[in-house]
Amino acid sequence: MSNLVFLVPLFPLLGFLINGLFRKSLSKPMIGVIGCGALLASFVVSAILFGNVAAANRLHPGQPIPATVLFDFINVSSFKIQFAFLADQLSCLFLLIITGIGFLIHLYSTSYMHEEPTEHYGRYFAYLNLFVFSMLLLVLGANYLVMFIGWEGVGLCSYLLIGFWFKNDNYNYAAKKAFVMNRIGDLGFLLAMFWLLAKLGTVDYNQVFAKTALLSKTDITAITLLFFVGAAGKSAQIPLYTWLPDAMAGPTPVSALIHAATMVTAGIYMIARSNVLYSLAECTQHVIAIIGLATALFAATIAIKQNDIKKVLAYSTVSQLGYMFLGLGVGAYTGAVFHVMTHAFFKALLFLGAGSVIHAMHHEQDIRNMGGLKKYLPKTHLTFLLGCLAIAGIPPFSGFFSKDEILAAAYAHSPIYWGIGVATAALTAFYMFRLYATTFLGNFRGTHDQQHHLHESPAAMTIPLMVLALLSVSGGFAGVPEVLGGDHQLHGWLSGVITSEKTHHLEHSTEYLLMGVSVALAVLASVFAISRYSKKPELQEATGLGKVLQNKWYIDELYDAVIVKPLLKLADVLKNVVEKSGIDGIVNGVGKFVHYSSRQLRLLQSGLVGSYILVIVLSIVVLFLVFWNQSIILQFVQKIF
Amino acid sequence: MIPVLLILIPAVTGLLSFFIPGAKGAKVWALISAIATLVVALYGVCTHKAAVAGVDASWLPAMGARFTLSMDGMARMLCALTAVSFPLVFGATYKNEYDKPGSYYALMLLLQAGLMGVFLASDALLFYFFWELALIPAYFLCSQWGGEKRIAVTFKFFVYTFVGSLLMLLGIIYLHGKTADQSFALQAFYSVKLSLTEQIWLFWAFFIAFAIKMPVFPFHTWQPDAYEQSPTGVTMILSGVMVKMGLYAVIRWLLPVFPEAVAKFDHLVILLCVIGILYSSLIAIRQDDIKRLIAYSSIGHIGLMAAAIFANQQIGMQGVMVQMFNHGINVIGLWIVADAIEQQLGTRKFSQLGGLAQKAPGLAILLVVMAFANIALPLTNAFVGEFMMFNGLFRYNVWMAAVAGISIILAAVYTLGMVQKVFYGNTVAATEHATDSSFNVKLVLAILAVGIIILGVYPQPVIQLTNDTVQAVITKIH
Repeated sequence: MSNLVFLVPLFPLLGFLINGLFRKSLSKPMIGVIGCGALLASFVVSAILFGNVAAANRLHPGQPIPATVLFDFINVSSFKIQFAFLADQLSCLFLLIITGIGFLIHLYSTSYMHEEPTEHYGRYFAYLNLFVFSMLLLVLGANYLVMFIGWEGVGLCSYLLIGFWFKNDNYNYAAKKAFVMNRIGDLGFLLAMFWLLAKLGTVDYNQVFAKTALLSKTDITAITLLFFVGAAGKSAQIPLYTWLPDAMAGPTPVSALIHAATMVTAGIYMIARSNVLYSLAECTQHVIAIIGLATALFAATIAIKQNDIKKVLAYSTVSQLGYMFLGLGVGAYTGAVFHVMTHAFFKALLFLGAGSVIHAMHHEQDIRNMGGLKKYLPKTHLTFLLGCLAIAGIPPFSGFFSKDEILAAAYAHSPIYWGIGVATAALTAFYMFRLYATTFLGNFRGTHDQQHHLHESPAAMTIPLMVLALLSVSGGFAGVPEVLGGDHQLHGWLSGVITSEKTHHLEHSTEYLLMGVSVALAVLASVFAISRYSKKPELQEATGLGKVLQNKWYIDELYDAVIVKPLLKLADVLKNVVEKSGIDGIVNGVGKFVHYSSRQLRLLQSGLVGSYILVIVLSIVVLFLVFWNQSIILQFVQKIF
Repeated sequence: MIPVLLILIPAVTGLLSFFIPGAKGAKVWALISAIATLVVALYGVCTHKAAVAGVDASWLPAMGARFTLSMDGMARMLCALTAVSFPLVFGATYKNEYDKPGSYYALMLLLQAGLMGVFLASDALLFYFFWELALIPAYFLCSQWGGEKRIAVTFKFFVYTFVGSLLMLLGIIYLHGKTADQSFALQAFYSVKLSLTEQIWLFWAFFIAFAIKMPVFPFHTWQPDAYEQSPTGVTMILSGVMVKMGLYAVIRWLLPVFPEAVAKFDHLVILLCVIGILYSSLIAIRQDDIKRLIAYSSIGHIGLMAAAIFANQQIGMQGVMVQMFNHGINVIGLWIVADAIEQQLGTRKFSQLGGLAQKAPGLAILLVVMAFANIALPLTNAFVGEFMMFNGLFRYNVWMAAVAGISIILAAVYTLGMVQKVFYGNTVAATEHATDSSFNVKLVLAILAVGIIILGVYPQPVIQLTNDTVQAVITKIH
């Protein structure tokens, strides 16, 4: 039954091919059915695989799941890399998240993208399917190279989808920026793979983890750091995070896909997958924890002052990803994966909810022009509120459990980590409810025309919202900690893959205290934000520090001034000075000299290249003939003398 | 017999083509010839090794030169590339009109014969003969059918490559004198005994000849000009196939003959290559001309191949083999797009282009495939080659690989920049009334796109084909 695994990526691939090749001849409903059907089929197979793994787990606990080899990808005498899939506990969990949420997003898109002409509608679904296909390769690969194929594949698809409306140049720049920034990370990933291949001759997970004893301390630190560079690019961490907020240029369901089900979770998956390596590299773990924490806080401060509904959510993703890296850095791998899962639920919900709002507002995204949408969009409002509660970490919604697990592990590592983490959690609650209050509460501030057209979205959009809301509310129960009377099922499920989890033992009283503080702060921040912004939303332009935050700490401008501009300047100097006057100048000088002297010689002074070449051709032909027949000529010469 | 046919078919049909008066006749004639060569080449690649016996006949007994052709994995791969390229080029430029079409196609076919000879010859003098035979039609094609600055550019191209050829000829003659039985045979060259000083002198003579051809920084300045000014059909062959002459020659005639000199200078050469990779990638970012951008991009890619050759690691060398083929078909694809744009819109300047995707969606999609192959995205053919080459370079020196690796970022910058400037955004004056490309262009590009994906997903055939050469070269050096 495990041979079914190739079907999981095959369905979206077929969907991509059919919708891509026949987008002009298929009807819109047909395109939608193919696009969604591919994901649904993939989801069903994933569920079967999940069941198989669970059954195998029960029968032979602790037994590793074997990989399925499709063919030899690169096979030279010194090493062999196979195109192989591994559907174990960790992969299967991700498969369900990707295909399940992916399906809901596809379903939602059939309605959201309905205004597009058929051709572009087909193109959209083709890209969407390709995106899911790449992500499935990424999590299914049984070695780092197959993971890398998916890794770059999602980069490609995000490029195509961010720049989906390719007439708009800003969108194109955002698309290019996303790809290039991802590429910076990818270089790190590649170098890490080369390092592994040079030292161990393999990039196969099982073999690498079995051979860690052959790696020196330096090797492991360098490899894990380089892989982390890749993760920072894909999962938008400092300093490579600036592409993600700009990636909002794509259609809103794409943002949901990038931020929730695919792409940005790749970095977390990769490090969780490599937990054996990372647990051996203490130095790298410190780096990851600090960068994760810094990103979480930094992005949260920016989110406070954003007025674009999608931008707020984008920075909240960056911030939440920071949490996950904090979890990875302190050795709470399961916690990080848990947060990936709950975050996928509530972030998909929030983005699709935002899409519903944008849809109703006729492509308005500025929350200052909204307000009071509660009564016009009841379903969107309710589900969005549940999403906010989940991300803010209010119990018993899902975000509370996963965030709490990471924070508890952080506390065990260092109370300072915990302190910053809780402060960020309070900020999160604050900016989410600022967003909620400004959008849904108070009075409507848009134009009369907009108000006239306000409407709840159709069922194809609200049903996914409801399903996701349900998951956001209940998803946390997959990992109820012992201290709250649960047995943390996720922990047990992943124990076969995440073997190097750092266990920490806090007193129950301490745990209750930590929980109490973080929940109390979150509730306070939420209530404060609602009371502050529901009546008097922030409409005027920010000043002072607010302005700095609104402009994202001017990081884009900084990168531009420090990296982009000097690099372009250097390129200009190379092109116009070094190449033109330097190297080519010398060459042309030599050429002129030759030309000049040949003219002085006045022997073959025609100066036309053609005549020179003709002479050469003729001489070569003559020489060739002479040599070919040299015996005859020699005889002839001998006869004469 | 197959090696002889590969040279003979294009040579004979080429000579006959001089006498074909009409444009249509010349085009069809050239296409038929190229397809015939392709069939023979594919047969040669697919049949078992023993069936492709070489040819060894007396040529210049007094001098010890023989007419020896042999076909190992590398030769087969490059012959296949040559044979695949010409029908694609003829097909894609089928609607282009040239003065004196009979002569144009005659020279193209002679160029093909010369290229085949270079890849097949196992005798140094014969190799030199074909080397020149390949260059001379190229000079004529550039100088007669090129752009407005063709005379000056061809002169530079001519002087440059001729200097290289002369150095190589001197080297060959010297080596000939050193062989035990006064022969030009490849095997005799391999077993010749040289002092280190001799090796060093000869190494540089050969290296400069081949470095100009590849080209390696700083011997590259003839190339962007030549690519820009040549008719695009010729440019496709120059950059898709002809640059492989230099890489091929290094593997065949340089590394195994002067192993000690190579060991002494490999650092320097790789350093030049790495500088060249970054240098050309940075310049490519600032180009305003689609042809010059592709030219500099290609210099970067060739630089990586040269570096991987000199790194002398098995995996890297194998990557070079894969990449020689793949770079050939990918860069031809890019040139076809450039030509399709120039033929229709009369400009190659980014500043005068934009929004073409709305008018020519078919061409846009195919270009995106070519562009991502140029960036070496996984599951396109170029990825496997680059992955292996960087791997080889990494084993040689971590820092060289890391610095050269920056080029994968820069490649994304300039390639996606090109896609954006030409195809995305709103239409401008030049693209207002553009239409999608003609059927032949799209057909050729579609064939290339399918090939790019197939070899990207399953590269093993090319790896297996060239495995023997890599083994032989590596064992010879170590």
